[in-house]
Amino acid sequence: MLNINDILETVNMIKQENLDIRTITMGISLFDCISDDQKRLEKNVYDKITKSAEHLVKTAQDLENTYGIPIINKRVSVTPMALVGANCDKEGFVRLARVMEKAATELGINFIGGFGALVQKGMTKGAENLINAIPEALAVTDKVCSSINVASTKAGINMDAVKKMGEIMKEAAYLTRDRDSIGCAKLVVFSNIPEDNPFMAGAMHGMGEPETVINVGVSGPGVVASAIKREGACDFSHLADVIKKTAFKITRVGQLIAYEASKRLGVPYGIIDLSLAPTPAVGDSVAYILENMGLEKCGCHGTTAALAMLNDAVKKGGVMASSHVGGLSGAFIPVSEDAGMIAAAECGALSIEKLEAMTAVCSVGLDMIAVPGDTSASTLSGIIADEIAIGVINNKTTAVRLIPVHGKGVGESVEFGGLLGHAPIMKLSDYSSEEFIARGGRIPAPIHSLRN
Amino acid sequence: MKAVVTVIGKDSVGIIAEVSAECAKHNANIVDITQSVLKDYFAMIMLVEIDNISAEFATFQRELCELGNRRGLDVRAMHEDIFNTMHRI
Repeated sequence: MLNINDILETVNMIKQENLDIRTITMGISLFDCISDDQKRLEKNVYDKITKSAEHLVKTAQDLENTYGIPIINKRVSVTPMALVGANCDKEGFVRLARVMEKAATELGINFIGGFGALVQKGMTKGAENLINAIPEALAVTDKVCSSINVASTKAGINMDAVKKMGEIMKEAAYLTRDRDSIGCAKLVVFSNIPEDNPFMAGAMHGMGEPETVINVGVSGPGVVASAIKREGACDFSHLADVIKKTAFKITRVGQLIAYEASKRLGVPYGIIDLSLAPTPAVGDSVAYILENMGLEKCGCHGTTAALAMLNDAVKKGGVMASSHVGGLSGAFIPVSEDAGMIAAAECGALSIEKLEAMTAVCSVGLDMIAVPGDTSASTLSGIIADEIAIGVINNKTTAVRLIPVHGKGVGESVEFGGLLGHAPIMKLSDYSSEEFIARGGRIPAPIHSLRN
Repeated sequence: MKAVVTVIGKDSVGIIAEVSAECAKHNANIVDITQSVLKDYFAMIMLVEIDNISAEFATFQRELCELGNRRGLDVRAMHEDIFNTMHRI
């Protein structure tokens, strides 16, 4: 029989330490929906999504019951809509976003991702129309998420797109001003976007993916934080080992759920994303992990080193536990979604500059950060450019999800509710990036992109 | 297919009897049982066969959970594979 301590450990992880499967995300290719007739395109998209993911929610609920582990989100990601609706004008794309929303509601899923475009080297007409449609599309829908890839290590940085996305963020914030600019919480700007990411807002079903696929995102910052606390004052070698072992166990559960979901749905299993994804619940925080390592507050000196070690150890433990690892895989540091990050930002320990440094060693980027509503578009573009440059030069994924909260300033806070949490509005530089951003064009790919 | 039933909480008379009776009611065969009591803290683990249970597994789970709620205990039934997967390579 199984060891009693092992069983109690698992039960305790779920009961006390918030272990859960963060998401089962079904990727669906929409290439076969393409049509030059807008109405037919919309019908094809709706039918394909609702038919392919018909049993997703029920299957996830059954797995939740059988294995006794919560599965928090059921999601769908689709082929970047700029490709599917390449013929659409701006209004056509807004209509497509509504179709995605309607399909998501019919399925009972939490989010649908893929209202996006890949523009790292330039914009097609379709991509440009989609980007122009983003603010309205996010204002008239609740579940639709949008991601735009503006750079890659191979292509360099499309600074025209960076400039444009600053303006789009401002407009999205304005159009959802009655809801604390929540439109921006569903919009993320990427470099080196992964094509199999199950996490929102950046999930999409890439061009090299199969017809349909199941990707699973695990979670479990609370489990890692508790494991570190239990070990007490050990050295870093031992600490890394503790994190690896814990990450292994967490990821194994994800692997089990992904395998079973794939079997029951008759859909191939894609990847496990072995990310530590926090929630605003107390005890489910990446910041607390760093603080349990011995930092007084997340954001103090030493935080980047702590995060670097955590991120690496999570990958090493997780990769052994799963046959295919992908997506973002690492530690997330979304400010509003992490109780420890919120507390650190509120007391002034965590600044946007420190967060930027942390993104160089974590799995994504500047995530869910509320900034003053009167921030100019060029300043937002400047922040995007900095973050994207970190990704391009370091050959990693980085992303920016900022919320310039309309009508609010430094010292105030914003409440998004649910998994999106709440956040204090952070201070930005008072100086202008306008002339820099206005240059436009492309920042060339770095020398180490020439690896052939 | 086997499930692991865990019962955790404050010790009192008749816990095993009640949980066993619930298993019997659903025709779930107990194949192994182990328990420990540390101070007043009670932890019992049962391995039960659920291939021939008389109701849906979800119903079995819910009724065990309700029994736990009545007795102030945390009672769960989970497929054994979650433990096998997590703790064995």
